[in-house]
Amino acid sequence: MQYMLLLYVDPAAEASGEALKKILDEHKQFTRQITTSGQYLDSNALEPAATATTVRVRDAKTLVTDGPFAETREQLGGYYLVEAENLDAAIGLAARIPVARNGSVEIRPINLAIRGEFVREGVIQSRPDR
Amino acid sequence: MGGAMEHGAIEDFYRREHGRILSAVIRAVGDFELAEDAVQEAFASAIEQWPREGTPDNPRAWIVSVARHKAIDRLRRQARFAERSDELRRLIETEREGAISTERDDAVPDERLSLIFTCCHPALAQEAQIALALRTLCGLSTDEIARAFLVPPATMAQRLVRARCKIAAARIPYQTPSREHLADRMEAVMAVVYLVFNEGYSATAGSELIRRELAGEAIRLGRIIVELMAREPEPHGLLALMLLHDARRDARLDDKGEIVLLEDQDRSRWKREQIIEGLKEAGVAMETPQPGPYAIQAAIAAEHSRAARPQDTDWRRIADLYEMLMRKQPNPVVELNYAVAVAMDRGCEAGLEIVARIEERGALRDYHLMWAAKADLLRRLGRLAEAEGCYRRALELAGSEPERNFLRKRISEVSS
Repeated sequence: MQYMLLLYVDPAAEASGEALKKILDEHKQFTRQITTSGQYLDSNALEPAATATTVRVRDAKTLVTDGPFAETREQLGGYYLVEAENLDAAIGLAARIPVARNGSVEIRPINLAIRGEFVREGVIQSRPDR
Repeated sequence: MGGAMEHGAIEDFYRREHGRILSAVIRAVGDFELAEDAVQEAFASAIEQWPREGTPDNPRAWIVSVARHKAIDRLRRQARFAERSDELRRLIETEREGAISTERDDAVPDERLSLIFTCCHPALAQEAQIALALRTLCGLSTDEIARAFLVPPATMAQRLVRARCKIAAARIPYQTPSREHLADRMEAVMAVVYLVFNEGYSATAGSELIRRELAGEAIRLGRIIVELMAREPEPHGLLALMLLHDARRDARLDDKGEIVLLEDQDRSRWKREQIIEGLKEAGVAMETPQPGPYAIQAAIAAEHSRAARPQDTDWRRIADLYEMLMRKQPNPVVELNYAVAVAMDRGCEAGLEIVARIEERGALRDYHLMWAAKADLLRRLGRLAEAEGCYRRALELAGSEPERNFLRKRISEVSS
């Protein structure tokens, strides 16, 4: 059975410097462990909510707004992890997803610096080129 | 080397050239923050060196070249991160391929379109778009922008930092949008410029100078956009609209800060040269099969500006233009303006009929100008008691002291 584990942080309580390094080390250890046990599928740190962009399509018009999805009615229902050259390309993809038409798609950049670190230390594989 | 450039002249040069120079350096180094810091440092060097050593033959290229070198230095010092060393490698390669020639001015590419479209990207909050546009394209300092928009400098600084962070983290591309998206994105850019203009235009005489200067900065931005997108009609319309409104600015308020209606304004206080330019731009904007909203609004402003005296105003033409605008942008405020134009053209009864239509739909009930317009039409028809009622309603809703004073005056006129 597959599960998605969604990580929520309080930006006011976010770690930095030494404390952050310690947390990342714990993540690396955890990732190695569940890779060994065959349970690991994928993971990423995301850039903060301030870097999010929300896409909605209403009356065939693509609406782009700054920030995470905000409608309190809406709830997380699914995800895509995609490769896109830049934000405009990502917006183009998001607009094609059906939920954009009656809900919203939040575009959140992956934290590539952290991913790079994990790849360099062999904690995870880099994505194979197709 | 040319003659020494005085400090003041360098500051003028900074304001004029900041946008163009920054846009080129961003293209070269691929990072907003890095580019901005480098350009700042380059200008600091210029202020220090040029008065001593004389102005370079090509000051623009000098700044860009120095900025690129400072960016490389900074990247070298930060070379811990993998992405950084990619940028560094790329920069050093392009430096090797050919430093910017100090001979020719056009060797510095004009990347301002990319800069404008990036600053005004819909993925940025509009207040961030405004701050970024004024900072990068107009060269205003963070402090100046903060004072212009009445927020603490620390808040404005944060706003800019977050915007640059988002551009980098989310990879907002530094480019002109494709043809498919150009119209939408242009709309966003023009909305920002017009917002800045209105912020400045509505600033009262008592406000800080920097607030009033916003109108001038908006016009500067409007000119840049027209220069870079000359074949698009709407930017001409926006520029015309701003020029024509701004041209009447000095006549809008009297010495006591009281409102002077268009029909009562001293037209000799209108800026003649600006009106001529505005009329020309309005003409260009309207020369298209489907004039856009800015073009139409500019054409309306042009009719007012064209009239030597209030009684020479072509209200028929203005009413037609408002009808055109309503088809494009159906909204009750436009309809209200249409009602006033119709009243001036065909009589107050006709105007009141249209106002009644608006009221029936329940629109503009809390819009003071609706009540003021209705009151005015009633007043002209001699229906003074009804007029007073509407003026009082407007007074309750009016937002500024000059407007309230004006309405109080009218009330005393119709109730005497």
